[in-house]
Amino acid sequence: MHGRPRKSVTPVDEHASALKAAKIRSLQTEFLQNHHNNIYTKEALEINAKLLEINPEFMTAWNYRKLAFEHNISSQSEAEKADSDHLKSIIDEELRVVENALRKNFKSYGAWHHRVWVVSKGNSSTERELKLLNMFQKQDTRNFHAWNYRRFIAGLKNISDENELQFTTDMINDNFSNYSAWHNRSVLLTQLLEKKAEGFFPKEKFLTEEYEFVRNAVFTDPDDQSGWFYHLWLLDQTVKVDMPIMVSSWPPCGSEINLPIANKVTFPVVLYFNEFVKGITSNTVLIQINDDEFKDIAWSPLSMNKFGSGQAWVTHLTIPHEDLNSSKTYEVKIRSEDSREITSLSGVSCSRIWSFSFRVSVCHDVHPDEGFERIMFKDENFSTIGKSLNKVQLLKSYFELTKSDDEQPASSNWKSEIIASEIAQYRELLTWADCKIGKRTLARLLMAHDAMTHVDEVLQLYSELMKLDPPHYQYYKDEHSLVLLKQVTSCMESLPKYCWQYKKSTSSNITESICLRLNSLSLSRIGRFERLLWVQSIDLSNNQLHSIEGLEALQLLTSLNLSHNKLSSFTALDPLRFLKSLKVLNVSHNEIGSHSVDTRRYLCSSPMSHTVSYDPKFEEFANGDAKLVNFWEAYSVFGGLDLVQLDIVGNDGVDERFVSFLVKLLPGLKWLDGEELH
Amino acid sequence: MKELATEKHTKYILQIEKKTDNIESALTEHLRINGAYWGLTTLDILNNLKAVEQDAVVSWVLSCQHESGGFGGNTGHDPHLLYTLSAIQILTLFNKIQNLNIPKTSTYISNLQNKDGSFSGDQYGETDTRFSYLAICSLSLLKTLNKINVEKAVEFIVSCRNLDGGFGCTPGAESHAGQIFCCVGALAIVGCLHYVDKDLLGWWLCERQVKSGGLNGRPEKLPDVCYSWWVLSSLIMIDRVGWIDKERLVKFILECQDFENGGISDRPDDAVDVFHTYFGVAGLSLLEYTGLKAIDPAYALPVDVINRVFLE
Repeated sequence: MHGRPRKSVTPVDEHASALKAAKIRSLQTEFLQNHHNNIYTKEALEINAKLLEINPEFMTAWNYRKLAFEHNISSQSEAEKADSDHLKSIIDEELRVVENALRKNFKSYGAWHHRVWVVSKGNSSTERELKLLNMFQKQDTRNFHAWNYRRFIAGLKNISDENELQFTTDMINDNFSNYSAWHNRSVLLTQLLEKKAEGFFPKEKFLTEEYEFVRNAVFTDPDDQSGWFYHLWLLDQTVKVDMPIMVSSWPPCGSEINLPIANKVTFPVVLYFNEFVKGITSNTVLIQINDDEFKDIAWSPLSMNKFGSGQAWVTHLTIPHEDLNSSKTYEVKIRSEDSREITSLSGVSCSRIWSFSFRVSVCHDVHPDEGFERIMFKDENFSTIGKSLNKVQLLKSYFELTKSDDEQPASSNWKSEIIASEIAQYRELLTWADCKIGKRTLARLLMAHDAMTHVDEVLQLYSELMKLDPPHYQYYKDEHSLVLLKQVTSCMESLPKYCWQYKKSTSSNITESICLRLNSLSLSRIGRFERLLWVQSIDLSNNQLHSIEGLEALQLLTSLNLSHNKLSSFTALDPLRFLKSLKVLNVSHNEIGSHSVDTRRYLCSSPMSHTVSYDPKFEEFANGDAKLVNFWEAYSVFGGLDLVQLDIVGNDGVDERFVSFLVKLLPGLKWLDGEELH
Repeated sequence: MKELATEKHTKYILQIEKKTDNIESALTEHLRINGAYWGLTTLDILNNLKAVEQDAVVSWVLSCQHESGGFGGNTGHDPHLLYTLSAIQILTLFNKIQNLNIPKTSTYISNLQNKDGSFSGDQYGETDTRFSYLAICSLSLLKTLNKINVEKAVEFIVSCRNLDGGFGCTPGAESHAGQIFCCVGALAIVGCLHYVDKDLLGWWLCERQVKSGGLNGRPEKLPDVCYSWWVLSSLIMIDRVGWIDKERLVKFILECQDFENGGISDRPDDAVDVFHTYFGVAGLSLLEYTGLKAIDPAYALPVDVINRVFLE
């Protein structure tokens, strides 16, 4: 019941209600008898029509009308078949019944569909349908059934997109607070843009006009949401890159990496795109090592979905280094071969050809691995990498080699001009209205215009929004975190401040590398992984993260500190299953097991989403504890890892039983919560 | 703050079946099986499912099945996906799926898939992303998803995505929270949430919260308790539920209770019904309200039931 006031029922009401109920039930019984016995007489149809007028939601009753219609058409006499008015009268009767039902409830799915069904039989007048629509769309300008029906009629009767666009203009001019009209406008414009219809190509001029049109709505009442999403859509139409692009890689183009001589010289190659792509195979991406082509390379998406798509893709290359006594350098070239086969999820080809090369030096390991000492992420154990160290050089080289298209200010002139003019308009708005949409839109525009110049202003805007609109605090906080990370990772002035070196430098490779310390930054979200593909050790402790989605792209990661965050389930650790080099993990003092709702349940690999199958070995493994979901999730995530050090204390879901389960699951574990295992 | 009147709601649900001499009952005859699903799931979330005579319900549900394999909304009514999912959900809730002829039911559903990947609700051809969800959820619970072309089904759902990141019932149709639940739920069940622009959709969904704390289903519309389910479950599936003020939503739902006779309504002081009672209680469960069983945001059944289906 929608919008019906609650009131106490009097005996008189009850009596009246019971009488009506009896009448409806007797109509229903009569109708169902007719239906079950295929009786389609005039009387039977009248009973049905009466019933539908009272209850247009009764699907079976509409089905019956369709059967009756077919029956009556097929049993026409020869004279009736010859008489076109006869068919028309049958159709008119159906349309009349629908109209009555819609007057009772114009949100009835069954009634609208019946009309579609009847009109599809032909013999209906466009004018009549448009007249009906105008009536309903005037009564309720947001009725989405009517809008759907309008699109159907426009298609059926070949009404032009331009014509329909004008209709949305009229509706919006009537009352700009009509989200349905704005929506339909975006649908029509998308079609017109695709067709490159006259007046809509090139799109600069039309975009400028649309910005102005929606501005009128937003500025008239900034609290009305109708224009908000349309404006964002326009901005997206203005800045979007129409195809997938490879934005960074590991190793980066032009770099030189050193690998120790071992039985096998293997390292990961990662391709990172601006969006999810499909079709990375040994046919679409060619690899040459010293001019020898490498065949049969298996690329896998770093993503849980089963239809083979991902934003990051990895393969593990093995250098054919046979002489274990000599050092040698190899030149590796990677290029897209048939890039049309590499497509975005919506099927757009990566039409830009790309290639990159790097060098791999295979040499004797200067620091042979001499066992493993526990790593402690404490401030006193780290020192800054300093300016003189070759680490800065190394960092700088990786950094400069990693290009990212989104850092370029809006490239072409007209885009930049349109955005600059919008920025000016929204700054103006904020001088007289302290509204959230003004601030939010300005933040978006500034990021689209030239992110690095405006980053401080954007951070300020998000801070203000957190105060101005507390119910959506976390939304602004997340945006703030992403912008902050952009600031940290985007220039060589800022990044070294977050790069540290482990002081107790033993011989181990883990401690040799740079540790990116993004701890205690109040981050509620992380991103910018395309800039972090080089990272081997990262400290994200003491933030407010509840998700580490995207971290799977950091294929070199060996040590990860996530202690004191808000991770609330083992499913939140799902990205770890892709990090095959991970040795050290700290997830202590999170909220694992404290919540009854798991927000990562459908973003992880699980049998519920058909992304992994249930492993019957688990039951044997967990003996008796198999019913505990925690155990399954941990089994599923940790089962494929080879951890040496794990800290997991301080989570509600972790008790003694669970710990002994983990020890069994991770046979290579040497340190658990600070205790050395034997 | 007001509290959840668990006992009153339990009583309210149990008496609906018995009171047949009123208009509401007569007008909802055609979706009695949906009503049963709403009522029974609510009782389970309230930890009171044992108050129901299981065997009687199960045999009545099975009596709604047609020769074709589909279920009607009531005995003698035509079959439709809308009712078939409810039937499967009820049988799953009672752990009685073995009483169902699974191949026959699955064939009914898979035959409704169209060439473009969409689903018709029944043989009369209405297509809608609601039906995509109904089919995918049903077949997943029956473990027969391999009977349909999942990739095509996903393709159709994605073709219904809009400028705001939301989804409509057919390509070009406006986003609506109920429809978004169906599309996000279907994509979640087949592991395809990467097709959703989670930040854009998350923003649209979190802006559904209005001053009273309640959620509406589209911009510039009134709040309604049913969106506590449609919006909230979608936000949870895409992991953006932190973007709304949960406490205020809890308060709004609790204010929609009828403290005298039990039940929950769309807005405070409106007439209650089983549909809104379910959505209110399920919403509170998604908000981690104390004492309630957790509900799964994609399958719309208690989490322990879903875990039993997939983890054993």
